[in-house]
Order: sequence, then C-alpha cells, then structure tokens
Amino acid sequence: MTYLVIPLVKIVVILLVLILGAAYLTFFERKILAYIQIRLGPNRVGPKGWLQAIADALKLFVKEDLTPARSEKFVFLLAPVLIIVPALLVFAVIPFGPSDIWRLTDINVALLFVLGVSSVGIYGIILGGWSSNNKYSLMGGLRSAAQLISYEVPMGFAVVTVVVMAGSLSLVRIVEVQRELGVWFFLPGIVALFVYFVCGVAETNRNPFDLPEAESELVGGFHTEYSGMKWAFFFLGEYANMIVISAMATVLFFGGWLPPFPNLLAPLWALPAVAWVPPPFWFLLKVAAFIFLYMWFRGTFPRYRFDQLMRLGWKVLLPVSLANLMVVALGVLILGGRS
Amino acid sequence: MRNTDVVVCDPKPLRFWQRFYLVEVLKGLGVTLRHFLGNLFGRKYTVTVEWPEVKREYSDRLRGRHVLLTREDGSPRCVACYMCETACPADCIHIEAEEDPTSTVEWEKRPKVFNIDLLRCVFCGLCVDACPKEAIIMTRHHEMAFTGREEAVATIDTLLQKGPIDRIDLGYRPYYGRESRPITLPIPVRVEPAPKAPRPDLAATP
Repeated sequence: MTYLVIPLVKIVVILLVLILGAAYLTFFERKILAYIQIRLGPNRVGPKGWLQAIADALKLFVKEDLTPARSEKFVFLLAPVLIIVPALLVFAVIPFGPSDIWRLTDINVALLFVLGVSSVGIYGIILGGWSSNNKYSLMGGLRSAAQLISYEVPMGFAVVTVVVMAGSLSLVRIVEVQRELGVWFFLPGIVALFVYFVCGVAETNRNPFDLPEAESELVGGFHTEYSGMKWAFFFLGEYANMIVISAMATVLFFGGWLPPFPNLLAPLWALPAVAWVPPPFWFLLKVAAFIFLYMWFRGTFPRYRFDQLMRLGWKVLLPVSLANLMVVALGVLILGGRS
Repeated sequence: MRNTDVVVCDPKPLRFWQRFYLVEVLKGLGVTLRHFLGNLFGRKYTVTVEWPEVKREYSDRLRGRHVLLTREDGSPRCVACYMCETACPADCIHIEAEEDPTSTVEWEKRPKVFNIDLLRCVFCGLCVDACPKEAIIMTRHHEMAFTGREEAVATIDTLLQKGPIDRIDLGYRPYYGRESRPITLPIPVRVEPAPKAPRPDLAATP
C-alpha cells in the first residue's frame, strides 16, 4: 500500500502548498508593487492585510460564473483546465530535495517533460481567447501564440546549455552535477540564465511581456470574458507557471536544494545548528528570490510594443542563446567535458 | 501654424551608456528596489494617510457641509432673501419664505422651507458669499454618506446650527481681515479631531 499512499500524500501536499502559495503570491505581489510605487497596498483584511488572499479566494468562489452566449462552450470550459493542469503537472518531476522523500519522481528525461508539458499551457490561452468569441480575447490569444513561438526557441537553447554542462536531462542529476563540480551553472551559464529568465517571463505572460492580457489595450486579452472560478483558474495557472519557471531556474542554474557554497562551507552546513534545516528550505528560498524578481520586473518595466517584442525574441535572444551555446559547448569540450 | 507645417521633434541624442540599454534598465531596477526596501523597512517614501484612523488637517476655509447660523435667541438668522438661491450655480437651494410673527419690526420674512440638495451642491461657497446676514456658512464637515437621494436633501432642521458657535468646525465663511494661517507643507495630519478654539470675531458680529 505504501507505494500508493506515500505518493498520494505527497501529491496532496504539493497541490495544497502550490495553490495556497499561488493565492498568497497575489498578496505579496500587491504588497511589493505597492511598496515599489510608494503606496501601502492591502492592509485592511486581517492584521496588516494578511487575510487578503483568503478573502479574495472566498470572493472568487461565490462569484457568478458567466459564459458568453455565443462562445464555443466546450472549448471555453476546456481552456482554464488546459492552463492549470500542465502548470501543476510539472511539479511531478521537480526535485525539492536530495532524497526520494522530497520529490515525486525522478525520470531521466525530466527536463524534456517539463518543456513539453509547460508548452501545452499556452493552448489554454489561445483556446480561451478564441472560444470567447470576442475580438479582444482573440487578439490576446493570437499575441500569445506569436509570443510562444518566438520565445520557446531561445529558451530551449538556454536549457540545452545546461544540458551540455551537466550531461543529463534528469533534474536530480543536474543538481548533483552542480554539487560535484562545486560550481552552480549560473556562473558559466550567466548568459543562458539571462536568456532563460527573460524567455520565462515572456512565456508566463508577465510584465514587461504581458501583451496577451495587456489590460490597457486589450481589456484583459484572453480572459476578458472569463469570470468567477474559471478566471481564478487562469490566475492560478499564471502564478503556478511563475513558480514553475522559478523552480526550473533554481534547479538548472542555482543548484536546486543545495545550500550556498555546498563544498566550500561544508563544515558549516554540517553544524547541528544548521543541519536540521531541510534541503527544500534552500530550494524555496531561491524560488522565492526568482518570484520576487518577477514582481520587481513588473513594478519597473513598461510593456513592450509588439514589434519590439518580436525583435527582442528573434534578433537578440535567439542569436545570443545560440552563440552562448556554442561557446559553452566549446568550453566543455576544452575543459575535458563530462560526456 | 498651418497643418502642413512640419514640426521636428528630435529627441536628445543618447549618451554613451544609454545606448547600451541594459545599463539604464539596471538603473531603473535600482530605483524601484530602493523604493521597495525603503518602504519595507520603515515606510520611508510612502505618504499615505490612513483614513479614517488618521485624518488630514484641512484648510481653515474648507468648503464642507453648510450650516445655518442662529441668532442669540435660537431663531435662524436667515431672512429668506433668496440671495443664495439666486447665486447658486448648481440650483440646489430651495427656499420658501413666510412672515416672521415674532418680528419686532413691522414685518420680516423667515424661511419656512430651506432645503439644500447635497447631491446637486458643488460646494462652491457662492451662497456664503451672497448671504447679506451671514446666515449660511460652511463647515469643514465633508464626510457625507447617504443611502438615498431623499436623505441627501438637507432640510432646515438638519441645517440649523446646534449648540454654540465655537462647537462648529468652521470652514468657509465671511472674512473680516483676520490674519490667515500660513499653509505648511507637508500638510499636517491629525489623528483625532482637535478641540476648536472659540472664534470671537464671528460670534460677536451682529
């Protein structure tokens, strides 16, 4: 029975933490944006506003769920599911810690799995935009499709850079290699990290690449017609995708669950005062840093114009990531590569 | 200028480091990070006044809700001359006059009905300027909420001054050359309404 019960418990825990975390990310985002913009942000619901996320969730549960009369009903229903399921599915292979306790599975093509599954999420946006039977939504969906095509490619090259360095597609193995080498991949792969994160921001439709929803131009874009829980699914999906991109950046470039300087400061991490800290703590800390970066970007940059977005994708990020891949591959070859 | 004229708006040429874009992007991130950290540890930049716990000290001459002043015997000063109703640009004042039976002179008017539709009122203060008897003045009371349109029409009962003049939070009113209080910036904030000192200049006027 244990082979069935333990994974189920893990799944439930991951899902609960993820959904609650996504809900609270909205609160943190509002707070961070407010502080950046010299405001106070939500501070009324509960002490210092800490219950704001709960109140928002309750509100969304009781909201009326409208379906436009001339929409494509089934696809309209399918779109939010399509966006949230892949986002949650990715967490099946994310390793939160070194031992089997801290992860669901360790498949040898985990990286491929993540890239493939997370790409499906974009269908949710495209289909949602199309099925709403609304010009704004359709525009949002189209923009999303174009954005996906432009940014999936450099992102793939950035990820391949890590694969070249690690010599494996398994996320656990990638982290282990970073521990063995004593250097996290963000140092040799700083360009790849930059490309990866920029593409990640673009893939999750966040500022400054939030053209598919672009409130000021497209009145919400693909989710204009969505309300109630369906809209909440889009929202949850967006935040879950942010967590996915951040978690992947952590695993690929920042040594996953490893504490800072795992080899150099090894005696320090073995101290009883520090040793009880579980590895996921470091993992979550790094993920939180990336998510803060997301929100920091949102508070800083204005939205790209569409042609600028395309130009950045095709004329900057793609050549840069390709050249970087060549340089890194050459380096691995010269330094007596691992494969 | 004709619309065939060409206006050349050349932006300033970018300086050396501005051409690289990334440097400017990082500088922008620095600004927002400074704001974030400054507000996170000690509200260094926010200027938010957390109403209603904290209230801002408004000008001495704020044009808030009206009040109809009374004579010493408690009767309204208003003589129903219709000056304010005539002056009102929003047409929100409605007065009906009647003869004042308690008058000591041969005949005098007094308002039977004095309604101000606070939803129509634009709080311009022209009624105060128009009044020959200093009967209508404005207070600094500005937090008005109603549940219906009928409720927003203030009648003479609610408008009439209650209690002594120094208990009113006086706002816009006739000006007799008093020294005006200089405005200090940033505008001060009060946590509780401060007790008002009596205003002998107004109470003493006939």
